[in-house]
Amino acid sequence: MATHESATARLGRLLTMVPWLVNRQGIDIAEAAQELGVTTEQVEADLALLFVCGTPGHMPDDLIEAEWEQGRVFLRNADTIARPLRLGLDEATALIVGLRALAAVPGLDERDAVDRALAKLVEAAGDSGAASDRVRIALESEVPSDTLATMRAAVAGHKRLHLRYVVPSRDETTERDVDPMRVVSLDGNWYLEGWCHRATDVRLFRLDRVASVEVLDVDGTPPTDARPRDLGSALFTPGPDDLTAVIELRPDAGWVIDYYPVDTVERGDDGTLRASFRTADLRWLRQLMWRLGDSARVLEPTALRAEVAEGARAALAAYDT
Amino acid sequence: MASPSPAAKTERLLNLVICLLYTRQPLAKTRIRDAVPQYGEAASDEAFDRMFERDKDELRELGIPLRMEPLDAFFDDETGYRIDRREYALPELSFEPDEFAVLGLASRTWQQASLAGAAATALRKLEAADVERDLNSLVGLEPRVNTTEPSFNTVKDAVLRRQAISFSYRKAGGDSAPRRLQPWGVANWHGRWYVTGFDLDREAPRVFRLGRIDGTVKRLGKPGSYDVPADHDPVSMIDGTESTPPAEAVVLVHEGAGNTLRRRARGAEAAGSDTRLVVDYTDTGAFADEIAGFGPAVRVVSPPELVEQVVCRLRGALDRNGDA
Repeated sequence: MATHESATARLGRLLTMVPWLVNRQGIDIAEAAQELGVTTEQVEADLALLFVCGTPGHMPDDLIEAEWEQGRVFLRNADTIARPLRLGLDEATALIVGLRALAAVPGLDERDAVDRALAKLVEAAGDSGAASDRVRIALESEVPSDTLATMRAAVAGHKRLHLRYVVPSRDETTERDVDPMRVVSLDGNWYLEGWCHRATDVRLFRLDRVASVEVLDVDGTPPTDARPRDLGSALFTPGPDDLTAVIELRPDAGWVIDYYPVDTVERGDDGTLRASFRTADLRWLRQLMWRLGDSARVLEPTALRAEVAEGARAALAAYDT
Repeated sequence: MASPSPAAKTERLLNLVICLLYTRQPLAKTRIRDAVPQYGEAASDEAFDRMFERDKDELRELGIPLRMEPLDAFFDDETGYRIDRREYALPELSFEPDEFAVLGLASRTWQQASLAGAAATALRKLEAADVERDLNSLVGLEPRVNTTEPSFNTVKDAVLRRQAISFSYRKAGGDSAPRRLQPWGVANWHGRWYVTGFDLDREAPRVFRLGRIDGTVKRLGKPGSYDVPADHDPVSMIDGTESTPPAEAVVLVHEGAGNTLRRRARGAEAAGSDTRLVVDYTDTGAFADEIAGFGPAVRVVSPPELVEQVVCRLRGALDRNGDA
């Protein structure tokens, strides 16, 4: 981070870091770095900078005392900046909006703690608190609160779950045993993430597609190598055995490339797009082609194009009778 | 003079902050120049003045309340500077361990989003003096929000600061038109960000989807130049604009097919080898998309406008792909 951090941004970070360290005298430097979200080298560089700063006069007694040679951090004589700077507008907003979203989670046991924290924070934030009321996150609440509660309890108690789960891309209802890892809300949907014994891999299950859930009286600790997915990246990652399909999209179907996992996109002069997809299963593409109607055409593979045409013809036949 | 390294600048700014917090009386610029060693490197009075002006601005940008006060109560010809410690510091707050647990969770809401850094900093400030945390509570629950819309930051800032904006907005059909808005609120609804506000051209309240804003968002006028209605609730405004009362469809699904429809159906009865479902929907186009996606496995019986839209999609798909 040091390479992109401006002098002012670094000052802001130092003014936050100093009070934090002053209250944690003797903390292990690696632990401090991890908690502060920077590298150990960065913490050392920061301490070296603090070491030469201080109150006017800048005699040895005026300077901040920073010590970290033994791998433990001590910071003294920093009274003037030992209290954190007030929360900025974005800082207050981030926490207040997050707390308000949490407060609306159906069936949340910690509702009381959320309300208490929110009250203190809003008071401390003053005007920022009032402004942050205009930023909202409406987490999806259409999931039954008992489903959410059952799943959270299973995560906490390491209980295996049995799910009846609808897979829309294959139009199937499946049965599977899952060792739950966490319940996440992302992009307006709630998901259960867990080790799926049927897929023998980590999977995300959208809660509104869970037809039923049963807690099994079986230990549901996921395998030690099961890792939660990085939710910052797309939820879909292509595998090595995937097929390639190429679709031509008219401009009005341009949104497709934002919503589906495209591999490459070429833009034609007339605004049409040629998008290629890598996928293990072409069924969802067939579905997509039917719904896009005359806005899209399969270029490759030709077998998929024939399937799309054949399915459309069969479906239309039912309406003509 | 060569510009000093970023580290030297941070050192200078930090010494300036400490100096202004340390003093009880406002300090004249000349005194500050003496007190902060790095100002000694300024080649001339003008160079120092420029440097000090910039530094002041940067401290204010960080939210540091820099006070300008007359040096002498009787003569206001020279300005002094100081930072009031009580104004600077976060008020003493004490949070219980369970409150810290929910604060931590709230900050992680933004983990993949533009406010991630602000949320983490806020948490560090709040927990500076409280070392105890309850790490065991709230296992397994993680609300997350994304801010993939490029306009999010500018729109959010405009909402927080009450500053009008202009932008190019894409309609559902694909055409873009310029819009001018006094933004009231910004909200994530069903996974998408929307901005509410007063449309200056249509002279009426309107809702816009951030994902349909093209290019850059420009600020118009000064912050705080209008009021937001006191009872404004962005979510219910978006909800009211974007949702319509549900209509009822009757569909026939093949055996084993139409699983998402079966889950939502209000009624189901056997019809030969098929199942007849009654399903509520709100958006005809979106529901026609979903049904067309099932291909031959699902057929709409009613209403006619839904039949028409499904048939239109399937016919289009056949026309474009049926030449093989």
